[in-house]
Amino acid sequence: MSPVVKQKKEKFTLSGKYLLLIFSIICILLMVFTYGTSAFDKPLNIAVGYVVVPFETGISRLGSWLSNRSDEFTDVKDLLAENEELKKEIARLTEENSILAQDKYELNELRILFELSDQYNDYNKVGAHIIAKDSGNWFSAFIIDKGTDDGLAEDMNVIAGGGLVGRISAVGPNWARVTTVISDGNYVSAMMLSTNDTLIVEGSLELMDNGIIAFSQLKDKENVVVEGDKVVTSKISDKYLPNILIGYIQYVSADSNNLTKSGYITPAVDFSNLSEVLVITDMKNVDYK
Amino acid sequence: MLRKVLMVIAAFLLFLLQSCVFPHMSLGGIVPNLILIITSIFGFMHGEKAGMITGFCLGLLFDIFYGDYIGLHALILTYIGFANGKFFGIYYPEDIKLPIGLTITSNFSYGILCYIFSFLIRGRLNLGYYLLHVILPELIYTLIISIVIYPLVLIVYKAFERHENKKKKEA
Repeated sequence: MSPVVKQKKEKFTLSGKYLLLIFSIICILLMVFTYGTSAFDKPLNIAVGYVVVPFETGISRLGSWLSNRSDEFTDVKDLLAENEELKKEIARLTEENSILAQDKYELNELRILFELSDQYNDYNKVGAHIIAKDSGNWFSAFIIDKGTDDGLAEDMNVIAGGGLVGRISAVGPNWARVTTVISDGNYVSAMMLSTNDTLIVEGSLELMDNGIIAFSQLKDKENVVVEGDKVVTSKISDKYLPNILIGYIQYVSADSNNLTKSGYITPAVDFSNLSEVLVITDMKNVDYK
Repeated sequence: MLRKVLMVIAAFLLFLLQSCVFPHMSLGGIVPNLILIITSIFGFMHGEKAGMITGFCLGLLFDIFYGDYIGLHALILTYIGFANGKFFGIYYPEDIKLPIGLTITSNFSYGILCYIFSFLIRGRLNLGYYLLHVILPELIYTLIISIVIYPLVLIVYKAFERHENKKKKEA
């Protein structure tokens, strides 16, 4: 036997240090590339869409079935009390509704007079289930079970319960990631419904626990913004459609420069108990055409 | 070969558990870090290469789904898998102190690294808040879950070894 033959039989192994170096280089290159471009996103999103998402859909269906079963055991007393309250609420709402119906009739008349189309009232929406939540504790995002196959695209707005949830920040064939407005480092250009003054709504991890979001740069020259005022997405935002309710002013104070104000907003959406959301398939740039 | 397939399935299962099931069981909005547990376990039970590969793959999955850009969590978890693999030589299944110590250290360094790379660089300086409200609760919850998961992994391994021995005897 010659030594050459022996060498051939030796198995090729890579020492741990070199493997670490290779992985580090791959990671750093990926970071640099994906930070600047989104060229990798599409193939990767499609790949995980076929490998991971089917399992996630299955598990979350099982999970929601189980949590529904456990909900059925809630105390009957609680339900009765809630029923009583809801009946009162219905009575109040019916009254309010009749007034609103009158107002709407008047509004339509006025709109015809002003030749305004009510383009913001009928967005096309697609319902979606939440199948997974951000598995870390640092940011607030979740995965829904619809993607490009259902006509979704990046930057589409997501709402639930009449309020803004966030926007789609990544999308695959059968899944999409929704980054919420309460997520740290997420900014939304907003305005006061009453005065049309613009402000910036800013998600923060520190405030997330208290269920509130911060806002800043509110120019309120007439000093009319008070607690409880409605905050909606602004007309000048390039990613959010206008006039979607974000929340209500909870606290407002003047900044030290005496020009702008900042404070906190109570979001209109209960982010801790979301299970279904609506995706608005109309996009901002389409509205301008 | 079968062992490797089992390891892949286990890691994948824990990733799914973490993103689909544990959010329903969050305590104060905090979810335990299962992908870190499995990276750490494979690291000290099979050596640095297994730890690194597990960390890299799970980190990459995490980044694709939840990261703004891809590679950060993959990089952090790769290094954590590698560091845990360094303890492969002094690991004994009977001793629970080492796995617990490693889980705590890994999770703490993971938390600090996440804070530095995704919060500190954006000028969020309030380390105390993040330490008390995210890093430490996650550490405690993860520790409790790892005390449950680690013996389970051991039981599976023992059953697997018995099965393999049987096969060897039959052969």
